[in-house]
Amino acid sequence: MLVVERLQRLGFGPFELTLAPGECVGIAGPSGAGKSVFLRMIADLDPHDGTARLADAAREAMPAPAWRRLVTYLPAESGWWAETVGAHMTDSVRARALLPALLLPDDVLSWPVTRLSTGERQRLALIRALIQEPRVLLLDEPTSALDPAATAAVETLLRQALARGTSLILVSHDAHQTARLGRRQLAMAAGQLHAVAP
Amino acid sequence: MTAISLGYGELALASLLLWLNGALSLGLGLGLERQMLVAGVRMVVQLLLIGLILRALFAVSSPVLTGLAVLVMIAIAASEVYARQDRRVAGLSGFCVGAVPLMAATVSVTLLALLIEVGPDPWYDPRYTIPLAGMILGSVMNGVSLGLSGLLADAARERAAIEAQLALGAPRFVALRPFLRQALRNAWIPLINQMSAAGVVTLPGMMTGQILAGMDPVEAVKYQILIMFLLAGGTGLGALGAVYGAAWRLTDERHRLRLDRINAG
Repeated sequence: MLVVERLQRLGFGPFELTLAPGECVGIAGPSGAGKSVFLRMIADLDPHDGTARLADAAREAMPAPAWRRLVTYLPAESGWWAETVGAHMTDSVRARALLPALLLPDDVLSWPVTRLSTGERQRLALIRALIQEPRVLLLDEPTSALDPAATAAVETLLRQALARGTSLILVSHDAHQTARLGRRQLAMAAGQLHAVAP
Repeated sequence: MTAISLGYGELALASLLLWLNGALSLGLGLGLERQMLVAGVRMVVQLLLIGLILRALFAVSSPVLTGLAVLVMIAIAASEVYARQDRRVAGLSGFCVGAVPLMAATVSVTLLALLIEVGPDPWYDPRYTIPLAGMILGSVMNGVSLGLSGLLADAARERAAIEAQLALGAPRFVALRPFLRQALRNAWIPLINQMSAAGVVTLPGMMTGQILAGMDPVEAVKYQILIMFLLAGGTGLGALGAVYGAAWRLTDERHRLRLDRINAG
């Protein structure tokens, strides 16, 4: 269970949130409202006030890299640091096993990153995070560059992750998508989170 | 083993070449004659001054004054490194990430050369200390400067790639590794080029000077080889220290990328 307490930075927050294992919370809201700021604070990627814990393990009690393996942030725009796609995967066997589910070609791991389309990058970045089996995934617009078929494939994979007990915080402009994946809906406005009646 | 002394008349004669360039600039309308004159005068004044200072330093041969001269040289080089950056680490550490490795590498390599390699008597003999420190400093300065500007430019440009690794749980120096490597390559390549070209494409200045001063060419070459090794060691150490120091300042203890600590220069 992820518990977020009094997270705040640059006029955003303070945010409180509790997330059960296998739960998905959707967050909607206009650009600049603080959705990405919120996710980045949970992953401890920017200096901020407040804290977070996973079950009984306080974030500050463990090294930041260990925390981020458990609570992984996936930005809308993925970053790539090596030549080939495969060099970005910690476990290429498990990565290859997920390719068909996301409608990606079998040999994509041997491709240079420059050959990937934006949509392929977005799906491969999701695979890259999923194979590390985080307990919580912080998804920032995970299907923004995808067509309807690929979007449906990503949602299927996310549903499987939820069933295995992975928790999701899903930031999306698409209210239908957040509704399809989770019961709890929140709205971000002017740096504050509000509950949305279902 | 004495060089032929030059008279001031001969120098004035040689300066006609610069005057000729100035006349060409006027004739062709290049507009460079003013700059040429200023640079020429600066060169003559600066070199004469340093000649007088070195003559005085050599005459007193004091360890304190020699050390002080080396410190002044390091301070000038450090401010040069700082001034040359497009982007800087913010605050005082922006100066220190360049100055500290610059000083550490220069001083340690110069001491090594004086105490173990050349062994002048006394060991701080300014006739050896100052030219050795100067050559080492020049090379370390280039390495530090190239390494720093490479890393800072990459960190700002490759933010997504670095943060992608951090978000997946990579420690900060792992996430920066491709960029640290590239920055160190940038710092090292001029030195590798210099070593490969030495004696074939270029005759290094110090060696040429010693030959002109009457030294046996093979003896001069031995000095040059020593210098090359010293430059390699100093540049490597200096660039390594600067690049890792900057990487340390660009991230924090929670392994975050802190681009807020970079200023545009």
